[in-house]
Amino acid sequence: MMMFTLERRPAPSRLWSLAAPLLALALAVVLSAVLFAALGHPPLRALYVYFVEPLSSMWSLEELAVKATPLLLIGAGLALAYRANVWNIGAEGQLIMGAIAGSAIPILWPGWNDPLAMVAMLLLGMAGGAAWAAIPAFLKNRFNTNEILTSLMLVYVAGLFLDWLVRGPWRDPMGFNFPKSVAFEGWHVLPVLSGRVHVGFVLAGVAVIVLWLMLSHMRFGFAVRVQGVSPRAARFSGFSAASITMHVMLFSGALAGLAGIGEVAGVIGHLQPSISPGYGFAAIIVAVLGRLSPWGVLFAAFLLALTYLGGEAAQLALGMPAKVAQALQGMLLFLILGADVLVHYRIVRRGAKREGTA
Amino acid sequence: MRTTLKITIAAAAIAGIATTAQAEEKLKVGFIYVGPIGDHGWSYQHDQGRLAIEKALGDKVQTSYLEKVPEGADAERALERLARSGHKLIFATSFGYMDSVIKVAKRHPDVKFEHATGYKRAKNVSTYSARFYEGRYIIGKIAAKVSKKGMAGYIASFPIPEVVRGINAFMLGAQSVNPQFKIKVVWVNSWYDPGKEADAAKVLIAQGADILTQHTDSAAPMQVAEEKGIKAFGQASDMIKFGPKAQLTAVIDDWAPYYVSRTRAVLDGTWKSEDTWGGLAAGMVKMAPYTNMPEDVKKMAQETEEAIRSGKLHPFTGPIYDQDGKLRAKKGEVLSDKVLLGMNWYVKGIDDKLPK
Repeated sequence: MMMFTLERRPAPSRLWSLAAPLLALALAVVLSAVLFAALGHPPLRALYVYFVEPLSSMWSLEELAVKATPLLLIGAGLALAYRANVWNIGAEGQLIMGAIAGSAIPILWPGWNDPLAMVAMLLLGMAGGAAWAAIPAFLKNRFNTNEILTSLMLVYVAGLFLDWLVRGPWRDPMGFNFPKSVAFEGWHVLPVLSGRVHVGFVLAGVAVIVLWLMLSHMRFGFAVRVQGVSPRAARFSGFSAASITMHVMLFSGALAGLAGIGEVAGVIGHLQPSISPGYGFAAIIVAVLGRLSPWGVLFAAFLLALTYLGGEAAQLALGMPAKVAQALQGMLLFLILGADVLVHYRIVRRGAKREGTA
Repeated sequence: MRTTLKITIAAAAIAGIATTAQAEEKLKVGFIYVGPIGDHGWSYQHDQGRLAIEKALGDKVQTSYLEKVPEGADAERALERLARSGHKLIFATSFGYMDSVIKVAKRHPDVKFEHATGYKRAKNVSTYSARFYEGRYIIGKIAAKVSKKGMAGYIASFPIPEVVRGINAFMLGAQSVNPQFKIKVVWVNSWYDPGKEADAAKVLIAQGADILTQHTDSAAPMQVAEEKGIKAFGQASDMIKFGPKAQLTAVIDDWAPYYVSRTRAVLDGTWKSEDTWGGLAAGMVKMAPYTNMPEDVKKMAQETEEAIRSGKLHPFTGPIYDQDGKLRAKKGEVLSDKVLLGMNWYVKGIDDKLPK
């Protein structure tokens, strides 16, 4: 009888940490081809539309960058927090609070419209996100609450707060009572680099570099890593768990807030009840998919952005329902995360001799 | 079923460069929907309009759509994608697409855009909506006749003018039959949330409503009504299959006549930027068959429908007082479209406070 079990490797496999994503990608390609064929679409053509066409024109590449910008910003912040075993699940709420804080300038002081106002908007956005993230950090440090729950619940609070603002005090007085703020103008709109790509994209790149610098060259990054691997060792080394928790939450919250004001001031151009199709949650996937490393996050953000764009292209070119695109996205992520098992475990036949090779 | 599909597939049987297959000069008409199409509701009705274009204009047109397009950054990309892929007429079928439509339209002056329920227009952007309040006035009258307790439950989505106007029209219709009629309103803060809508329906029934109406998209309230043995009105689509014993009628969105005529206008070269707000007379609002009600009520409903269609009756004819007792329309005066479009106050007698 053939029985297989998973056995933990003594150390993560270097070979598989490179091969696993490739295997997953190959499996995803094969399985999606099967899915396309089952739906009556020529598989090669469908794969082309889904994965290659979005990369084949300048416009589409720009849109890829637009879509990846918030994912990159938030993903980089979450990667740091998760490294420290601080599970910030509420980036979506921090994004919303950042958007609200940054929008205060164009809505409450529309007269202040110069480059400095734009910088202030970005800083306020970061402050708003960081402040919102500080709440679960404080509660965890002070009362030992579970930050997964508190940060998640604050997402709904933030969402309702935004909803109330744009239906009430921040509603555009000339907008027929529709729930939306005045349109941002002049320096209240982020400068554009190309197409719809705004300066937020550059800031996202900076965020990735900062994350890399912190993790590999700075004492704080080292403390975060030690804290994540072994809280006891961190304590003996004199790192304060409470301080690390607070700082990684502030960092990830600030980046989520920056993503929020970036969406509002860079792409949408006003506040409205819904400003993000769940970037804060999608970025959790980005962080995990990127193995909590700066370059991994960079890759994962673009991969996720590509699946959104590819899904849309497939809808239009092939008449594929939107849900198939979503199913495909889910399958891809599932396979990539699933294949990661091979990094830490190996498959052995039950009863077979255990050998010490990695 | 879909010629769109066959053409593209045939052109690109070998995976590779695809975009060469637009030899014949068909007008490409694109749609973006805020929800999945499903089998009833807002986006479904717009898709019915799309299919009507195909049926009416056959091989002169080719239609395609993107569904579940979120309002915001994604909408602009979806519209841009349609414009770039050769669509010359694009219908954006949700209010939240407004600014995206204006932005994309500026970049593509040769493409005609149609934006549902918005108020921003441009040389190549038209807006259109339907006077659903006409239908709601009729169902208000029916409710007042059929309800034994004199109280209706109203499941509302968001306190925007469109929804407030609907509640007011329903109440004015009901009051024309029974001046003491009562409405209880529950805001679910969603256009589509079967769970919340069903809960709201149960709460309203528990509070004494024996008739339900909704301004949300799911069939859940109708199903609750069917289960509890009370009556209800369908929304957007004919919901008779969800409540064969419960549904009295439904206020149906029918975009087909408008969509076909606008597409024809592009084909003829007569398309102009316009603002259309059509009701029963234009065929944009339709009433599902009047069922599960006595003959005399049915007759009253049909007469009311006819009166509105012929222009003899306007639901918002004075005297109309608001909740604070302020006179909003004198006897015989009809509220202007401008007032109706920005409506943010309740008429007298509604037992609810507008969320501000």
